[in-house]
Amino acid sequence: MTILAVLLLLPAVLGDSRYLFSVLMNCMGLSLIALGVWLTFTIGRTNICQAGFALIGGYATAIFLAHYHMNFWLALPLSALVAASAGAVIGSFILKLRGIYFSMLTISLTEAIRLAFLNGGDFTQGSRGITDLPQPFGDSVFGLYYLALALLGFGLLLTWRIHYSRVGRIFRAMRLNEDLAESFGTHVWRYRVIAFSVACGLGGLGGSYFAVFTQSIYPQSFSVEHSIYYMLFCFLGGLEFVSGGIVGAFVLTILFELLSQFQQYQTLIYGGLMIAVILLLPNGLMAMTLRRKEVRA
Amino acid sequence: MSAPILEARHVTKRFGGLMANEDINLTLTAPVGQVVSVIGPNGAGKSTLFKMLAGYLKPSSGQILLHGQTITGMSPHRIARLGLVRTFQETTVFPDLTAMEHVSLAHQLHREAHDLEVIFGLPRARGDEIRLSESAREILELMELGAVADTEARHLPQGLLRLLGMAMGLAARPQVLLLDEPYAGLNPDETTRAVNITRKVAASGVSILLVEHDMKAVMAISDRIHVLYFGKKIAEGTPEEIRLDPAVIEAYLGKEDEELGL
Repeated sequence: MTILAVLLLLPAVLGDSRYLFSVLMNCMGLSLIALGVWLTFTIGRTNICQAGFALIGGYATAIFLAHYHMNFWLALPLSALVAASAGAVIGSFILKLRGIYFSMLTISLTEAIRLAFLNGGDFTQGSRGITDLPQPFGDSVFGLYYLALALLGFGLLLTWRIHYSRVGRIFRAMRLNEDLAESFGTHVWRYRVIAFSVACGLGGLGGSYFAVFTQSIYPQSFSVEHSIYYMLFCFLGGLEFVSGGIVGAFVLTILFELLSQFQQYQTLIYGGLMIAVILLLPNGLMAMTLRRKEVRA
Repeated sequence: MSAPILEARHVTKRFGGLMANEDINLTLTAPVGQVVSVIGPNGAGKSTLFKMLAGYLKPSSGQILLHGQTITGMSPHRIARLGLVRTFQETTVFPDLTAMEHVSLAHQLHREAHDLEVIFGLPRARGDEIRLSESAREILELMELGAVADTEARHLPQGLLRLLGMAMGLAARPQVLLLDEPYAGLNPDETTRAVNITRKVAASGVSILLVEHDMKAVMAISDRIHVLYFGKKIAEGTPEEIRLDPAVIEAYLGKEDEELGL
């Protein structure tokens, strides 16, 4: 919540540094996508196909805008809906799998979705991608910035409401013991699909945002590598906290920017830091705030 | 003879070449509130039978009927909806939720609000929560857990967690409750208490089928007992009849004194 408030006021301080803006906007978009991965964690599934659904959302927006000249404000929610529906259909088949099997399958799913768009013929324009997408706010960077913030706010609110409602508790019950959850009458399959579909919808929303942010979409815009990053964001931030994925996305993305001066060592330092954090803070960065609170109490 | 509540007809389960259950017949009949036990040495097929009754395993052949309706091969949540609920030996719980919240959560079948209403906290969902926590409190009182209703699960001893598991099963308001070794790992005091509470639950109108190793508890609580041995049913009857059944004594040979509590 505090983060969102800070982000809301930040533009006034930053003035018009395009670079800083684009870093923050990047962070917010990635956070939105990572929220979906986090939500899939709550039902006990490690989702490594989120980039695939971001790609679906991005392409949906690009196609709506470029081929059908649709209004952006209609294309955005529709794209999320397309991704969520795709998630529901695919999820109803693959969510039976658990643990490493589910994760492996989702990795290949990311790749399969990428290949599908690569070979989509004139519709997706293959590896040339769809470019020169119209920007909804013209040249103003503020417009897109606040769009990102609003979308992230919406995503966080939705995830928050789900997690702290009865439905969220059912998700957790399923993560701990699906058989037990089913024994008192939970339609486990249905809730798995709901969780996955909402997660994919958030991914699609993020993908749609990135498509207009970068004014383009290519098959390689979102790949397996990205899927893995989204998962790492959640691990880093903390799986027990709704804001875990967001914190992880911000920290890692900003870190990445800071380390860019070290060019050739960038991934090495990055990897080392990741290992250190996971070893020292297995419950993620957010666990630090918790520990401090407990000590105080 | 009155109509059966739960009936297993010629239920058989094979795992490859292994015959886990062979031609099992079992009935729970009226009056409601009977306690029926399934006993047998390790590997007799008790758990397999249980899993089939509750829908966690599909029988290789045979039929299972609940109130005359066939439930063979249905998924557990549908069977739960029809009134048959099982509990688990180890109750996996949320360490940070209270006993009350557990039972309230287990009322999954009895809420009116749609999932969307729940997520957005609309009036009907809030009404549900009030109604369901009242019902949860009643169940906790019945299970003699009222005093720990607001205690987080991680602070509850094993004996009470077992009762909490039973309470969660009751939250689905079943007519038939399947208890999987409800007294395993409890000390004698806890067992006595749990047995008495099980009786109370049965008296409240729930028919109970239980699998249990603790023979003393089984003899004390059961109206009828079924004995499985290597996947086959070798005896059925009242505790008195089972105690004297030569086939049962044979099956438990060498340890009948302690095991059967003679």
